[in-house]
Amino acid sequence: MRRAALTKGRWSGRQSRTLWFWIFVGPFVLGLTLFTYVPLAWSAYLSFFDAHNTVSPTDFVGFDNYTAMLRDDAFTDSLLTFLVFTAFIVPATYVLSLALALMVNRLRRAQAFFRSVFFLPVACSYVVAALIWKMSIFNGVRFGLANTVLGWFGADQIAWLSTTDPPWYWLVIVTVRLWLQAGFYMVLFLAGLQRISPRLYEAAAVDGARPGWQVFRHITFPQLRATSVAVVLLLVINAFQAFDEFYNLLSDSRGYPPYARPPLVYLYYTALGQGQNLGLGSAGAVILALIIAVVTVAQARWFGLGRKED
Amino acid sequence: MSISRRRLLGTFGAGGGLVLAGGLTAACGSNTGRGSDREGGGPLLEHWYHQYGEPGTEQAVKRYADDYDKAEVRVQWRPGNYDQQTAAALLTTSGPDVFEVNGPTLDQIQGGQVVDLTDLLSEAKDDINPAVLAPKTHEGRIWAIPQVVDMQLLYYRKSMLKDAGVEPPHTLDALVDAAKELTTKNIKGLFLGNDGGPGVLGGTPLNAAGLELITSGGEVGFDDPAAARTLGKLHRLHADKSLLLGAPSDWSDPAAFTQGLTAMQWSGLWALPQVKKALGDDFGVLPFPRDGAHGRPAVPVGAYGAAVSARSRHKEAAKAYVKWLWVEKTEYQEDFALTYGFHIPARISLAKKAAKLREGAAGEAVGFATDHGHAEPLLWTPASKVAYQDALSRIIKSGASPERELKSVVRKTRAELRRVQKKR
Repeated sequence: MRRAALTKGRWSGRQSRTLWFWIFVGPFVLGLTLFTYVPLAWSAYLSFFDAHNTVSPTDFVGFDNYTAMLRDDAFTDSLLTFLVFTAFIVPATYVLSLALALMVNRLRRAQAFFRSVFFLPVACSYVVAALIWKMSIFNGVRFGLANTVLGWFGADQIAWLSTTDPPWYWLVIVTVRLWLQAGFYMVLFLAGLQRISPRLYEAAAVDGARPGWQVFRHITFPQLRATSVAVVLLLVINAFQAFDEFYNLLSDSRGYPPYARPPLVYLYYTALGQGQNLGLGSAGAVILALIIAVVTVAQARWFGLGRKED
Repeated sequence: MSISRRRLLGTFGAGGGLVLAGGLTAACGSNTGRGSDREGGGPLLEHWYHQYGEPGTEQAVKRYADDYDKAEVRVQWRPGNYDQQTAAALLTTSGPDVFEVNGPTLDQIQGGQVVDLTDLLSEAKDDINPAVLAPKTHEGRIWAIPQVVDMQLLYYRKSMLKDAGVEPPHTLDALVDAAKELTTKNIKGLFLGNDGGPGVLGGTPLNAAGLELITSGGEVGFDDPAAARTLGKLHRLHADKSLLLGAPSDWSDPAAFTQGLTAMQWSGLWALPQVKKALGDDFGVLPFPRDGAHGRPAVPVGAYGAAVSARSRHKEAAKAYVKWLWVEKTEYQEDFALTYGFHIPARISLAKKAAKLREGAAGEAVGFATDHGHAEPLLWTPASKVAYQDALSRIIKSGASPERELKSVVRKTRAELRRVQKKR
């Protein structure tokens, strides 16, 4: 009995709460330190060295890698690619996921079924989806799905990923990401919709608001403000981190075309491709991280995220 | 790593999850996949190859490795981005001892990542094709032993050209015109890869204009109006909609050609048996056609070679194994080159006596490699190559000004040449 009490004392109480905290959190802190913070710090260190084909360089070059990267047209073009991609994908995903959420939320029957159907693509790998889009739907020959459909209307075949004028490749890139991520944001919006008090709608009805657009504009949309801010933030950060679908849609064994090359793909080729310029690549990674941080903070302040009323 | 119950409990008692996590992390870190040396003596060598598409090649190289009795050799057959994999693995001690490489690059040599293999070829050096040995030689030292020679060339469908009344093209202008003539609603005239050509063509159009990527004196070889003129002609292929783009398989696979999606395709010599099997005699081969008064036909040649990692724990054993496999065992080189796919043995004596390389289209192709072969120079660094490919892509697809694009590439290449030559 006394032994049990002792054991209980050791594993409970204020001190042991700290112990439990570290037992549960410690492995993750260790993993985060080893696999995230140490590489991040090492990357920042490498960015000040001439580090061709080495991770332990000796040739200090100061800010040369930073100036080289900022003067590099390919890197600045890649930032422009990101801006174009963001301009397409953020509003498109926002509108589509909100529309899906509104639709599913109104369903009286089979709501769980449709929620699952729309959410299911989230479980698919970006690599697999990109390859399906590239090889089956949007290949450039007559038996690709998209070209077959065009053929029914007598239209010419389109090389979707290789045509730069007009830039059809954006259609492929945007649709694959839309298919993959709209379900996830739909679930966030659904959660937001279900948090809106029914009393607001009742009050609106009493005040004579017409169901549909008027209610959506004056009740639903304003009530989704916090969710919308979070969704837009996540969408912008995810767009910055775009890699998988771009790489798998557009790269081949000999490289990657100069168009639609987002920053991460460019940095991958600079640092990890045959170039193995780890110093230059690290400088690019630091610049990119700073841009993401500044944009995210500016965006959060713009939307007033974290203010008390939210 | 086995963990006894006592040790497991002790681990928890001594410091909780952090220690256990640390122990497990260390265990993972020690699992390099390399294993330990064999008990009976002699080292264990890891030998990496990129994945060949030709059935039987993997079994063949494993058989060669099994036949070596001075060390245990474990073959790793690696799919995916092999160049990136090896480049990253060379930074660590868990990489290969011996690895197949389409290089090594000058940065890998200057960075001390590969071992000097000059002495392995002391007697056989003159018997290796000089075109492919040159890019593996830096300051008189040899950094990889060429295995087999690969080359690329233009395949054309005789019957399609005949039906369209088109002659096999021997000039770049004729190629552009022929591609246009051969294009119909369902068949394109020419396939230069799904990117429209920049990836696979590389410096070949410049060679066909009588220019070089890098001169023998280590200078930029395409700072010449002829370069812009020739590259500008490639845009016509795109503007005329003569190029097949977006095929399910890329240029290295002859499927688009054998399935009738294109009348002409740029591909490798390795594709020849497949083409022959599918089309019989209904095909011919050509080099990339000449352009301009000083132009000559051109084909790119290159060779995967065997290199030894400078981080290997068994450098001498690895060198001995490479010498045995790619210098002494000539019968294996011949088997590797000609039994599974279709390549030219790096040893001139083997290439000369191989009957398969003397007949028909294969014989013509070998003649192109001998007379018009150009290998990518060692001084043509990856950064220069990316800048050039980007420019070529913009010229071909977007109709960008070749003069302006090439000016930028010349500037980049000069900077790269200054960088690598400073390291001497």
